[in-house]
Amino acid sequence: MALTNEIIRQRITERFGDQITEWDEPYGLLTFTAPKTINLKLLQFLYDDPELRFRFLTDICAVHYPNRTGEELAVVYHVHNLVDNIRLRFKVFTDINKPDVFTVTKLYEAANWLERETYDYFGINFIGHPNLKRILNVDEMDYFPMRKEFPMEDQTRRDKDDEMFGRG
Amino acid sequence: MHDRHIKLPERSIEKTTTTLNLGPTHPATHGVFQNILELDGERVVSSEQTVGYIHRAFEKIAERRPLYQITPLTDRMNYCSSPINNMGWHITCEKLLQIKLPKRVDYLRIIIMELARISDHLICNSIVGVDTGAFTGFLYVMQYRELIYEIYEEVCGSRLTTNIGRIGGFERNFTDTAFRKLEKFLDEYPRVLAEFENLFTRNRIFMERTMGIGGISAERALNYGFTGPNLRAAGVDYDVRAHSPYSSYEDFEFNIPVGNTGDNYDRFLVRNEEMRQSLSLIRQAYQKVQEFKGTEADVFHADTPEYYLPEKQDVYTKMEALIYHFKIVMGETDIPKGEVYQAVEGGNGELGFYLISDGGRSPYRLRFRRPCFIYYQAYDELVKGSMLSDAIVTLSSLNLIAGEMDG
Repeated sequence: MALTNEIIRQRITERFGDQITEWDEPYGLLTFTAPKTINLKLLQFLYDDPELRFRFLTDICAVHYPNRTGEELAVVYHVHNLVDNIRLRFKVFTDINKPDVFTVTKLYEAANWLERETYDYFGINFIGHPNLKRILNVDEMDYFPMRKEFPMEDQTRRDKDDEMFGRG
Repeated sequence: MHDRHIKLPERSIEKTTTTLNLGPTHPATHGVFQNILELDGERVVSSEQTVGYIHRAFEKIAERRPLYQITPLTDRMNYCSSPINNMGWHITCEKLLQIKLPKRVDYLRIIIMELARISDHLICNSIVGVDTGAFTGFLYVMQYRELIYEIYEEVCGSRLTTNIGRIGGFERNFTDTAFRKLEKFLDEYPRVLAEFENLFTRNRIFMERTMGIGGISAERALNYGFTGPNLRAAGVDYDVRAHSPYSSYEDFEFNIPVGNTGDNYDRFLVRNEEMRQSLSLIRQAYQKVQEFKGTEADVFHADTPEYYLPEKQDVYTKMEALIYHFKIVMGETDIPKGEVYQAVEGGNGELGFYLISDGGRSPYRLRFRRPCFIYYQAYDELVKGSMLSDAIVTLSSLNLIAGEMDG
């Protein structure tokens, strides 16, 4: 029997009940939100469950929603079941003042750099990560550039010496 | 009897390891990234990677740009096969905007994407040759990369960072010259590839330099998030083109070559075979393209005026085209709300685009899943215990592209 989004949803609900919220299926990809305390448990369950078998970590990234007070940062996990060829996405939200999320490096080696990148961009503190330091930006950087409070430069600004930037 | 023991002064054999900085601008790295190797004699004890030397914050820049201006950013990720990145981005946008493409456009795209795959793989494999001491193959196949670039040039006007196509199709129809060059390529390249394989595949020096080196098991490769030829060399037949077909790949027949040990030799063989499969895909696609007759043969974009940037000629002569051109360029075209994940099979594996739109003119968040960045983590495990010169071959056989790694 082919694995479908309904079956996955049912299995996850059986195990975690109403902790899982915001079920959705944008463009056919099953998406939901989980509390940040169970991210590792959830991934472990998805990995171990003989029916679900989500054993390939596709991607980890984060998103900043400044308007969601108390849960400004979201860490997004994409996992893939290669046997039944079905993908799944879930988010965990965290407070920007205390952005602690458990690391999943114990489960996936691939998570190592992905979490470092996420830390580098958004400042998510992955608890238990073996080597949580900046990866793409310089070590001396003291802010997290992908957060929305750092807008891209306005291309029409005139207070700079344009000649220095090759557009004089 | 004299004492045959040679008395060495204390600590003459150093028990310490040597630290070697390979990169950031070392010719053997073929890109800007650094490897700090701990060596015991010539053996690698451990390695530490530093990346980010050409980090350009594409994900941040994309949050300010309208969709069509993001295409040139994708060029600069895997610059050995930029058309695949461009197409991947267009396909992502089309999925969000729910644009259905005519079949002819899909097939033309497949021609371009497979050409890009060939140019990517032939560079990688010939560089593996260079790093094992065989320069001839590299110079030989380079001519054919040039021919591929000429085809791009004919289609879109540029060569390396192509910015090819638009959301909804291509900017112009393929010219007769483009098809003629394609025919020339299809005609000549198989022979060149065979000769290239003659130089390497059963070459004893090459085999001994690559077999059993830099190997990884299928299980570890999956855990490390390997995709593409590197994963297939380890024996997992995962290919996005077959698993989640996009751009009408489901209309084609092709094989997915897999290796066994995941070592440098298997990666080489898998890439070579993939070039053959790509050639066959191009042939099939070209045949299908030729079947379109009359007005159908002039179709090169979908009929979605609100998102497709019109031809310049039309902008100057037609009212509607002028209006849409103005709306798109001035950023008055809002994109629908939604979240999309779209993956394509890039030169190095699953190239993913995760696009979140909040209904504005540019993405709220755009994430590139860059295969290179993810599998480069495994490098330490791949080279531990091997010789320094083998570590360099492993580096090139993974096909690490600095642009894709740093994003």
